[in-house]
This record gives sequence, C-alpha cells and structure tokens, in this order.
Amino acid sequence: MKDGHDQDPPLVRLDAAELHFPVGGVVAQLQGRATVVKAVDGVTFELRRGESVGLLGESGCGKTSTGRMLVRLDKATGGRVEFDGEDVSGLTGDALKRFRSRVQLIFQNPFEALNPRFTIRDVLAEPLENARIPRAEHEERILRAMALVKLGDAGQFMDRYPHQLSGGQLQRIVMARALILEPEFVVADEPVSMLDVSVRAGVLNVFRDVRAQQGITAIYISHDLALVRYVCERTIVMYLGRIVEDGPTEDIVANPLHPYTQALVAAVPVPHPDQSHAPLPIGRGAPDPRNPPSGCTFRDRCPRAFDRCAVEAPGPTYVQNRIVHCHLHEPKT
Amino acid sequence: MTQPLLTLKDLSIAYRVGDQDTIAVEGASFDVQPGSIVGLVGESGCGKTTLARSLTRVLAGNARIAGGEAIFDGRDIMALSERAMNGLRWREIAFIPQSAMNSLDPVYTVGTQLAEVLIRRGGLGRSAARTRAEELFEWVGIETNRLGDYPHQFSGGMRQRVAIALALALDPKLIIADEPVTALDVIVQRQILDQLRELKERLGISVILVTHDISVVAYVCDRVVVMYAGRVVETGPMAATLTAPAHPYTMGLRNAFPDLASAAGELTPIEGAPPDLASPPPGCRFAPRCPFAEARCRTDVPGLDIYDGDHLAACHRIAEAETLRARAVASETWEAPA
Repeated sequence: MKDGHDQDPPLVRLDAAELHFPVGGVVAQLQGRATVVKAVDGVTFELRRGESVGLLGESGCGKTSTGRMLVRLDKATGGRVEFDGEDVSGLTGDALKRFRSRVQLIFQNPFEALNPRFTIRDVLAEPLENARIPRAEHEERILRAMALVKLGDAGQFMDRYPHQLSGGQLQRIVMARALILEPEFVVADEPVSMLDVSVRAGVLNVFRDVRAQQGITAIYISHDLALVRYVCERTIVMYLGRIVEDGPTEDIVANPLHPYTQALVAAVPVPHPDQSHAPLPIGRGAPDPRNPPSGCTFRDRCPRAFDRCAVEAPGPTYVQNRIVHCHLHEPKT
Repeated sequence: MTQPLLTLKDLSIAYRVGDQDTIAVEGASFDVQPGSIVGLVGESGCGKTTLARSLTRVLAGNARIAGGEAIFDGRDIMALSERAMNGLRWREIAFIPQSAMNSLDPVYTVGTQLAEVLIRRGGLGRSAARTRAEELFEWVGIETNRLGDYPHQFSGGMRQRVAIALALALDPKLIIADEPVTALDVIVQRQILDQLRELKERLGISVILVTHDISVVAYVCDRVVVMYAGRVVETGPMAATLTAPAHPYTMGLRNAFPDLASAAGELTPIEGAPPDLASPPPGCRFAPRCPFAEARCRTDVPGLDIYDGDHLAACHRIAEAETLRARAVASETWEAPA
C-alpha cells in the first residue's frame, strides 16, 4: 500500500508473481496445441506485519493459487514471492523447515483436514514433534492452543477422535493446530464455508480475536465480502488471475471503484427484506481462464468498457488510499 | 386467500438406522400458495432436504413416511401409487438439485437430455421438442446454440441454468430447489435468483427453496419456514419473519449473519450444536441452546401457535416475543444459556 510512512520492511511481498499451469496432455503438447492457464498472472502486493488482508474473488480468480504460493505449496513460475526479505521459492533444507513453522495454512474443510485415526491430542502434538519441541512442553502448549481457540474444557476433547466433534469444534482444532507453533503469518482459505451459520460466527470471532491479540499477519481467502469485512481491514479483489482493486475494506464496501468490484458489492445478498433487486452492472457469462480476453480481462463483462480496454491491460493507478487497475481511473494525460 | 397449491399436514419422515427409527422430520405443517416462493431454512441435519425430497418421493432406501400428508392440487402425494407419482414428476412437480452435475448425464448433450424429457415424458414430437428446448434455453438465458454442448462444457452457473431449464420443461406448477445456489459465486447466485423470481412472476410457478442462507430468503422468498432439529419452529411472511422473528432460534440466526448493508457489527454465534436426532431432548429441541429457556421448555413440546395473522412460531414464550427480541440483539444474552 502507498502509505507514506511504512518504515518497517513488509513481512510478505509479491512482485509480479505468476503461477501458470500447462493444460493438455502429451499428445496436445506434441501437436503444439497445449496452452497454459494463468492461474495467477502478475500479482503484486505487500503485507505489513500485523495486517489482516482479505483475498476476494470468484472461483477461478486465482485467490487460492495465490495463497498456495504464499505458503509454498506451489512454487511461483514467475516473479517473486518473499517472506521476511527472503525469496520463498529458493528455500531448502533447514531454511524451508523454519519457514514452515513460521507460516501456516488453515484449510477450508475441517472434516477432511484432520487424520481420522489421530486423537485430538495427537493432531496437536504432530506439529510440535515436527518442529522438535521437547516432549515435556507438549501438554502445556496443547492446552494453551486450545484455550486460544476457546475450547475451554480441553480435557474433554483431548482423547476424542475427529468424528466425535462437531464442525465448529473441528475447525477450532484446525486453527489450534495452525497456531500451536506461534506462526507469524497465517493463510486461511475459506475457513468457515463448510460450517453452519449458527456456529460460523464463533469460529470467525476466534480467528479475528486471536489474530489481533497475537499480532499475526493474515490472509483470509473468500468469495464472501461480508465475511472478509468482518475479519480484514484491507481487501484485495482479484479477477482472472490479476488484482483489480486493493484498499481498506470499509472503503471498498462503501464505494467500490473498479466496475467488477461494483458488481461484486451489489451482488451480495443482505439478510433483510428491503434491498435492491436492480439488475447487476455486469455481463453474463463466466470467463474462460484458458482464453481470457485481450487487454483488460474483465472488459467483455464490463458495462463501461471502451476501445482502449481491448488493447491494453490496465496497470495500477493510485486513487486516494487505493490501488485500482482500470483505465477509467487513470489520470487524463 | 386462494386455495393453496400444496398443504403439508403433520408430515413425519423416519430413517431406519440399525433397529431404531430416527425421526428426521416431525409433524411438519405449512402451505405453499400458487405463484409464491417459500424458503425452507435451517442448518445441516434439520430435516429440510429430507422434507423437500419427500415431496418428489425420492427418499433414501431406509427412509419412510411415518405419518401425515402432503396435499398437492387435491391429491395426497404420500398416498399415491408409484405409477401415479411418476405421472406427477416433471409434469407437476420438478426438482432442482444442489449440484446440477448430479442431475445431468455426462455422456449426452444437454439438448438430448432436454429432448428426452420432452419426448418421453411430455409426449412431444421431435421438432416440437426442439422448439420447446430452444424456448427453455432462452428463458433461462443460455444461447440456443449451446444445446449441442455436453454438461462439462458449461460452467457451474450455466449448468445450474440447464437444470432449471430441465425442471421447467413440462411446465410444472411446483419446483423444489435444494440449495440451488449454494455452490455458486455471488454474482452467478444473484443471476440465478433473479431467474427464479422472474419465472414465478411470468409463469406463476411456485418454488420451495431449500437454503441455509437467510440472505437468499430475504432476496427472493415470499414466505419462510424455519426448521430446527426436525421440526418447524417458525413460519410466516418473509418480511415479518425476518424483521420481527417470534422464535429465539430465528432471532439467533439473525445475529449470526453478517450484513453488508449495515455498519460492521459483532456477529454472535448460537453456542452449542443441534441435538442428535437419534436421542433428542424432551420438550423444545432448541431449549439446550436457548438463552430464554424455562423449566417447561425442557419438558413440554411447544406447538406451532399464531404469533400474528399467518405468522406462527413454536415457542412457549411466544407472548413475550417482543421483549425477547429486544434482549436477543445483545450478544451477552447468547453467551451463557440459562
């Protein structure tokens, strides 16, 4: 973010990061028909220590791929991904091990994220073992992590198996496991989308409060702006592998600048009867990531597209406290 | 009020697990008026999907109708022969599943699948079926040249539109839609919901929309039926039920939902989890999580009583609903159930 006084170096930095996947089999490659899907196509942003940032977009926009690069589940195929000043792609051996204890991922589906044959105690001890934390400290750290996620009566859960817990309890265990090594950076990928509404709020509250208390830097990946707004002060909106808008969440909700963000904000249903049923300001048709439009990839659905949008991909424009990638917002020259 | 299209009376559905019956839906009663969208809301395991599926009589092998009736256009669906029921499916009552991929056959083009329903079930000739298929695609906003495409060539949102086109094929009076937009992104979700509203208005179709999302209910539904642990706990006109809920569970759901249109407020969970239906608590099933529960709530089952006109709720403290609503807004209320 252009903020003027960001004297601290960023904790996380993406510089034109790319994640391209080849598609098509061997035959297609031999025939020269193989193409690439640009899941992430030149994404640049920085995270300051202690920031919580939402990565928002529709399925296929590259938000999960970006998250996977950040924790190095996937290596960037171009550009740079830095954590604490180091190129993440180059990490090996002990440096990679250290990275893995400083950075954690919280998965979407708590019902699949835990080994069904492990008791909750085993689930939580595993990362401690991997990080060679002395056995004597395990019990205390497990109890502390469980208190952190508000599973107060820890003794009641320790010897149970995942299938004996409810979804909300499981997702808290998943969070406790991610937090037990006291990471500096957490990437949470739609952590409540599999949970029922009545328990969702509890898990979100835990995530938000623990993050703030411990000063953890966090990326919250979601397609739901209402949830992102609840846990993130800043939001990065993605479309087809690229960033379209980046700024304070409240400003984006109140006054979205990019035409795509405008449609996204207008599309969020609200839980009370008096709401607009006006048609969305966006064309139909889902984009094909294998064959994105030239220039601005949003132009074929954009109600305000003009000649230039087909020719040239818009670069970043700073508007007030935001970055917008849209020709409409570029200064007139 | 006009004659309802569908009237559920005390409908109960049980699953046989081992040598025990688990009642998944117990004594459900509500009406669906012609040309209206009714939202069937609740959490996973509350019985909403079982109830919806029972209306097409497509239930799991170990499920059975344990009592009650569902009067559709003067006939009890639950008492019809399989043959008579088959005559009703598609023609009168159609189903849209959560994932359209499950209802479409991957090896046939969508046009072939539409034609099959139109010709075999609807008795149309080949060219009439072709015309009708094109008309259906236009209705749901898909270009007619895509009739020759296979299901995998469509995106999730487009497949859901194909499923809607299939459901509309034989001009049904009632569509049962089971979480039709849950798996979709917000923009596509909104477009599909707009489609359902438009079909209701243009064709006078009724829809039972199963969902866990009260925002979806607020956007498209005329009425809402709230279920909890197998029972209907509240039912009424959408606006009245969402703005002035009479059941503490509905009040709690409202607090747990983020609202983009209001200032950023606190979200409050409902502590605990729904009961195991194999051994439900006596009395009101919400009592263990209810901040307003009294002694009688733990022993006596509350009936569905009139709160205001056709707004009903099953709560012993229904007369105090206004006071409870005021208290329910505060998050402290929900911290430690009484």
